[in-house]
Amino acid sequence: ALSLPFAVGQCGNQVGCRFWDLALREHAAVNKKGIYDEALSSFFRNIDTRSGGNGPDIYKGKICSLKARALLIDMEEGVVNEILQGPLRDVFDSKQLITDVSGSGNNWAVGHKLYGYQYRENIVEKLRKTAEHCDCLQCFFIIHSMGGGTGSGLGTFVLNLLEEEFPEVYRFVTSVYPSGEDDVITSPYNSVLAMKELNEHADCVLPIENESLFDIVNKIHQMINSGKLGSTVKQNSLVTSSAGSAKTLQEKPFDTMNNIVANLLLNLTSSARFEGSLNMDLNEISMNLVPFPRLHYLVSSLTPLYTLADVNVPSRRLDQMFSDAFSRDHQLIQADPKHSLYLACALLVRGNVQVSDLRRNIERLKPSLHFVSWNQEGWKTGLCSVPPVGHSHSLLALANNTCVKPTFIELKDRFMKLYKKKAHLHHYLQVDGMEQSCFSEAVSSLSDLIEEYNELDATKGGPRIDPSRLKIAV
Amino acid sequence: MSIVTVQLGQCGNQIGHEVFNALCSDIRGTHGFCSQKENESYRDSCRERFFCEQESGVPVARAVLVDMEPKVISQTLSMAASSGHWKYNHQSHFCQKQGSGNNWANGYSVHGPRHKEAIMTLVQKEAEKCDRLGGFFTIMSMAGGTGSGVGAFVTQCLRDAFPTSFILNHVIWPYGTGEVIVQNYNSVLTLSHLYRSSDALLVHENDVLHKICAQLMNIKQISFRDVNQVIAHQLGSVFQPTHTAAGGSDYSRNPLGDLMESLVPHPEFKVLGLRNIPQMPESSLPYSTFSWPGLIKHLRQMLIANATMEEGIDWQVRPPPPGSSSHSTTKPLHFNTSIANLVILRGKDVHSVDLGSFQDPSLYTPWLNPQDAFNAWQTPRAFNKYEKSAALVSNSQFLLKPLDNIVGKAWNMFASKAYIHQYTKFGIQEEDFLDCFTTLEQVISSYTHL
Repeated sequence: ALSLPFAVGQCGNQVGCRFWDLALREHAAVNKKGIYDEALSSFFRNIDTRSGGNGPDIYKGKICSLKARALLIDMEEGVVNEILQGPLRDVFDSKQLITDVSGSGNNWAVGHKLYGYQYRENIVEKLRKTAEHCDCLQCFFIIHSMGGGTGSGLGTFVLNLLEEEFPEVYRFVTSVYPSGEDDVITSPYNSVLAMKELNEHADCVLPIENESLFDIVNKIHQMINSGKLGSTVKQNSLVTSSAGSAKTLQEKPFDTMNNIVANLLLNLTSSARFEGSLNMDLNEISMNLVPFPRLHYLVSSLTPLYTLADVNVPSRRLDQMFSDAFSRDHQLIQADPKHSLYLACALLVRGNVQVSDLRRNIERLKPSLHFVSWNQEGWKTGLCSVPPVGHSHSLLALANNTCVKPTFIELKDRFMKLYKKKAHLHHYLQVDGMEQSCFSEAVSSLSDLIEEYNELDATKGGPRIDPSRLKIAV
Repeated sequence: MSIVTVQLGQCGNQIGHEVFNALCSDIRGTHGFCSQKENESYRDSCRERFFCEQESGVPVARAVLVDMEPKVISQTLSMAASSGHWKYNHQSHFCQKQGSGNNWANGYSVHGPRHKEAIMTLVQKEAEKCDRLGGFFTIMSMAGGTGSGVGAFVTQCLRDAFPTSFILNHVIWPYGTGEVIVQNYNSVLTLSHLYRSSDALLVHENDVLHKICAQLMNIKQISFRDVNQVIAHQLGSVFQPTHTAAGGSDYSRNPLGDLMESLVPHPEFKVLGLRNIPQMPESSLPYSTFSWPGLIKHLRQMLIANATMEEGIDWQVRPPPPGSSSHSTTKPLHFNTSIANLVILRGKDVHSVDLGSFQDPSLYTPWLNPQDAFNAWQTPRAFNKYEKSAALVSNSQFLLKPLDNIVGKAWNMFASKAYIHQYTKFGIQEEDFLDCFTTLEQVISSYTHL
């Protein structure tokens, strides 16, 4: 089953670029014989280039030329051009790109209403063409940031479009939320306007906060530079690393942070691509982690962040990996799931880890976690045999947990600070199709969502009253 | 008579592979501890039952492999073929690309009907290859989407297409602390539907198997492969050829029929549990000796006290004294009441074994004569290198508590309506859930009041 990523906007495309690069590296490590296999086909087509790039797809046999199944969308050319001039240029062709020149001016309305309207036909056409090459499309991924104009506005426009054109295909969104110190003043507007779309049209959202990525990067640098005697970090195991990837790249400032997000997506799709004793497909993630349609925000954590070259006691290191997945510093948003309420939790393990390791750690960690009354023992687990490059094992934890609430509350607060003063509102309202009601509806949608989390939090720690069972006449 | 196996979903296919492996390995082995004639007769009977011969000489499993995604089937086919000793018919599989997403409704209402014709055509082909069809054996887990949902649908189709054939569903019950969050919903939907079309459900619980691997088999890092191999050993100990009391010196030709006749006197009671003794790592076998009286004593106490293995048995549990009322409230606590039991003995000196303790009327609910409530099969041919081994298939209260737990958790979740939208999306409504809960509460009540 195939996934189709859409990278929208500057952030989305920078992350996307890292993602394709690391995906190629991961498959190269596993696929030594250069045969185009089922695993590769989930992200790449195999094209016969002798007929000049318009050749037919080759479904079996040797790898000829790999093309990513993707759409890259940006209203500025800078990032996409860099990708096309860089080492990944052969992985994309012009039919997968939609670009413009002037950008969206950090304005959600420009991205969503103006460019959305303008590029609708173009996007639908390219989307259909790309989907034609997929014999079984299971899932769309949108990768974007919330704080700007293109990723946020046009990205959520695309989300709407996907629901209209392909209602049965799951829509996963990886959204980078702005931090409080974001240099884009209007990022709260853009984010809240985008949130409404995510609430209504996404199946699953994986929120990411730059602050968390930044903290993780610092932690790793500290580890490397601490000069701990006898411990050398395996360079290619860093969750932030581009080392060993397709060709050498100049590392840009956000590259290390973007690699983390790229790794998140790789791990999320690993069980759908590679074999294992307990497979976990993307549609299973949506099924198990979304108990009510609007509560579809999943907090993610990735461990380990790096592997040490010296040999540790395997099972202790393994158990540490599980513990870390629940610690505050491994979460990709500023949240502490341990002290909030779990609605559901998924653990996708890669590498030489067996069911007994899973069970042992679940039993060990369960008592310190708070689960909602109607899902006391709800765990979704997956075991994929193939570990990420440089690791013997890894763990991706996805939590539907009320700890997302603070992120949303802060966002709303920042929004209200601006909105009360009507700051910068005219830039939005002058765009065709944009009205004040868009703002009030958006903040209302966000408030409702926060309220749903509040109601759940209120049940935490309360008395557990099991509903009485059906009575049968004897 | 031959049995056609239908392997459904990841679990069903992984287990099926281990089962055929175990059967094949057993008949290839030379440690039968019996005469050559007996050994050959056993081997021929097993082959007829589970395999069909091909010109190449490599036995081909009588099986249909079904899954909604391709990875597991592809692995299963190639692992079998590379063993060199047996294989699957590579035409005899059906798969799709999508998977069922752990969604029973998707499996039952969408994939099932959509692919009914293709799947049933494969089943028909396998059935036609049998000189005499002895029935169907389906393997599935009830926690996921395909094994459970497509499995329930296919079982119904089997019943419609083969109204007089026996159908035995082998169902895997998941770990209590989940593998799948909606596993309890999927379980309730599966069990209630199977109950309508199936002749009996033979159950294995992952938690129990896990304990066996940890405590009896001494495995440190237990994999699903290890768990599946325990299952395969237990199933083999039931389904490898035996002589029934009535059958005389030939191997029984109707294993599924015999099983149903012995164990399922009433359609309200279809849930069968399985126990096996002894179980140990293969490396310990040469250093162990067993006596039949010891094995039988342990097996009987495992039945009475509802112990899942030969360690940690509660010897305090005793049957109610004779003459006491058979009403359930006066029964001693933790005593497992049976409707019917079947003991299968394999190996040296089976003819000398005294099974009188299993015929004690106080073990049983009083509807059947104790002679009818208990049956025994045996063969002097040892199974899987165990010089002496005994299996117990029991229609009793073995699974009452686990069933009650599953229904309880599912009901708890249902009361909050969590995840229901995922099912209604594919056509399973709240009323359908209520029907299924009602069916199972009835089953629980029936078994409680034995």
